Amino acid sequence: MSDCHGCPAATMTMPPPGGLSGARRQIVAIVGPPNSGKSTMFNRLTGLRQKVANFPGVTVEHRMGRVKLEDDREVFVVDLPGVYSLNPRTEDERVTHDVLTGRMKDLPKPDAVLLILDSTNLGRHLVLAAPVLSLGLPTLVILNMADDLGRGGGKIDSAELAMQLGAPVALVSAAKGEGVDKVFQFLAGTTHSAAPQQKPLMELPVIQDIPKCRAWAANAGSKAKYHAPAPPLWTRRLDSIFLNKIFGPLVFLLVVVGVFETIFAGAKPIQDLIDHAIDYSGLWIQHLLPDNAFRSLLINGVWKGVGSVVQFLPQILFLFLFIGILEDSGYLARAALIADRTMARIGLQGKSFIPLLSAYACAVPAIMATRTIENKRDRIATILIAPFMTCSARLPVYTLIIAAFIAPHFQVLALLGLYLAGFLAAITTAKLLKSTVLKSTRSSFMLEMPPYRWPTVRSLSLRLLDRSKVFLQRAGTVILAVAVVIWVLGNVPLSHGKPPSLDHSFEAGIGHAVEPAIRPLGFNWKIGIGLISSLAAREVIVGTLGTIYGMEGSDLEHSKDLQQALRKDLSPGGAAALLVFFAFAMQCMSTIAVVRRETGGWKWPAAQFAYMTLFAYAFAFIANRLVTALA
Amino acid sequence: MTWKAQYWTLGFDLQMSFKRKAKAAHARSTPARNLHELRRGESGILDRLEVPEEEARRLMEMGFLPGHKVTPAHSAPGGDPRVFRVDGSEVALRRETAIRLILR
Repeated sequence: MSDCHGCPAATMTMPPPGGLSGARRQIVAIVGPPNSGKSTMFNRLTGLRQKVANFPGVTVEHRMGRVKLEDDREVFVVDLPGVYSLNPRTEDERVTHDVLTGRMKDLPKPDAVLLILDSTNLGRHLVLAAPVLSLGLPTLVILNMADDLGRGGGKIDSAELAMQLGAPVALVSAAKGEGVDKVFQFLAGTTHSAAPQQKPLMELPVIQDIPKCRAWAANAGSKAKYHAPAPPLWTRRLDSIFLNKIFGPLVFLLVVVGVFETIFAGAKPIQDLIDHAIDYSGLWIQHLLPDNAFRSLLINGVWKGVGSVVQFLPQILFLFLFIGILEDSGYLARAALIADRTMARIGLQGKSFIPLLSAYACAVPAIMATRTIENKRDRIATILIAPFMTCSARLPVYTLIIAAFIAPHFQVLALLGLYLAGFLAAITTAKLLKSTVLKSTRSSFMLEMPPYRWPTVRSLSLRLLDRSKVFLQRAGTVILAVAVVIWVLGNVPLSHGKPPSLDHSFEAGIGHAVEPAIRPLGFNWKIGIGLISSLAAREVIVGTLGTIYGMEGSDLEHSKDLQQALRKDLSPGGAAALLVFFAFAMQCMSTIAVVRRETGGWKWPAAQFAYMTLFAYAFAFIANRLVTALA
Repeated sequence: MTWKAQYWTLGFDLQMSFKRKAKAAHARSTPARNLHELRRGESGILDRLEVPEEEARRLMEMGFLPGHKVTPAHSAPGGDPRVFRVDGSEVALRRETAIRLILR
């Protein structure tokens, strides 16, 4: 990624907020059809200066970013959802339409538009140019993937196209960074004053229905001597393997197994390293500080609590890396195609497969990814089952309990069993939903197969950075706060100026209050406190238990010691119940919040939370009885 | 194969569709009337879309416009859905949609 000449966004220094003067910063909207490389262009322009945001009142998320120009001025860019037209019929189209016409609340009308089209498929992509140019905003038409166009022997006279359209045209490769300087020049130009609009040689279609716009696009293309490149041979070759009757399913299985293998085996050494670093730094701090309440809070509250969660960062990053590669390369669309028939049997469709696979990383982005599913009932069913997939936040809990209670030979098996249990719960629930409340006729399935592309290091590392930020932020705020609260509750009320023994603390009081409810599952009050704290996020329970047992006087110098403390305190039946409970329960505030947002109300998230909790309780009860009887 | 059996195949099945093969064999005697009847290597010109308006609009946005040439490509292991090449793109459709896209 050293090809950043003429690309000022690559300078990593963060500019002071607010820009140069009090003047409002210019807003530029990025518009384009799906698969035109909009996100690549957005990343190319903004680098790290971006964030995901939501428009008020709608479920469509968008990314906002700042572009730094050469003279230190800044422009805001908004990455809008991929659309084929501006007819405000689907939610994505309505958002794009409203933003471009200035009807979006809290966002002024954009000062300019970057229209991104795939130059290798210009005939079809130019269709979107008609409605966008009709808006009359200063527009730069970006013909992306110029490298693929050239390689395939395609041609376009971009100066002629600019004359025909009456708008500047730039031939660009966002992935390689070629021609991006023209985009920066355009951005610099729009911030001075609106460039005088040229009169287009071609009149825009008056009635903008699809056949008329398509004919107009074909006409514009032929006037600009557009010559489409040869079809992507490699994509066809790869498809004859990936969609082969025998090899296709094999590759599919290999990919799914490979994802999980990498998460566990690949992340292990790094994880051990972090684990040791936390252990040793904790000991080091312990020796530096005098033995008082503050040391106890720092070591037992903060270090043990946050540290026990942070060590799972590598696993989570590996998972996101894998899903990122699958998505950026174009394989995920093929996987959806292969999965369609099976998904149809549980009443869903191939497009549900993509969110469900990403739910193995985290249900929150997965639920947002369901927006590609047009059928509303299919979409809600997918949202409702997504949290059953074993997300990465369950891993810390699983790993801890499995390591403490299950013989080394059976540990991987137990973990796979838990993954399978979540999967089975998901498809059973889907079948149940789709044959009752969410019944619908077999919906149509149409999915564009993008050409295979190499994922770029740039876009993958931006994804991982974003995920690390979210995870560490949560560890630094929610988990830290919970750890401190747990520590404080365990150290009050003071008697004679000294903290009570844990059994006489407020914490034990709360724990004992909930104990009757969880006793049938084989949990004691300490696990109860853990369960309450894990309502914030699943992995919090590990930190909480670390804090509680740390206070109890178990000398938790190493993570192994938490396992030993648990073994003393939890029966095998209770351990099995705890695993099963975590497999099925919906303990995640972020997921509840995102379901509420995406379904537009409390009805679905409330039903989902109740259903999953009951489901988890029932099966945890069975697991406890079964294991206790066997043991 | 019941739907329960797929638990053990983790998300897909290797079951072949013999029904489809029988149908394709039948199609050999007459020219293809819709996208589904197109054989590998054949192609046809789209005439009309006999689907609800909203679905037709989506299909047209994807390139399935009357007058465009459509060529079948690969399909999922069971034969359904199938990928069609149209207007520079490849789009996967289920059989029930392909049957309703009528050729000239």
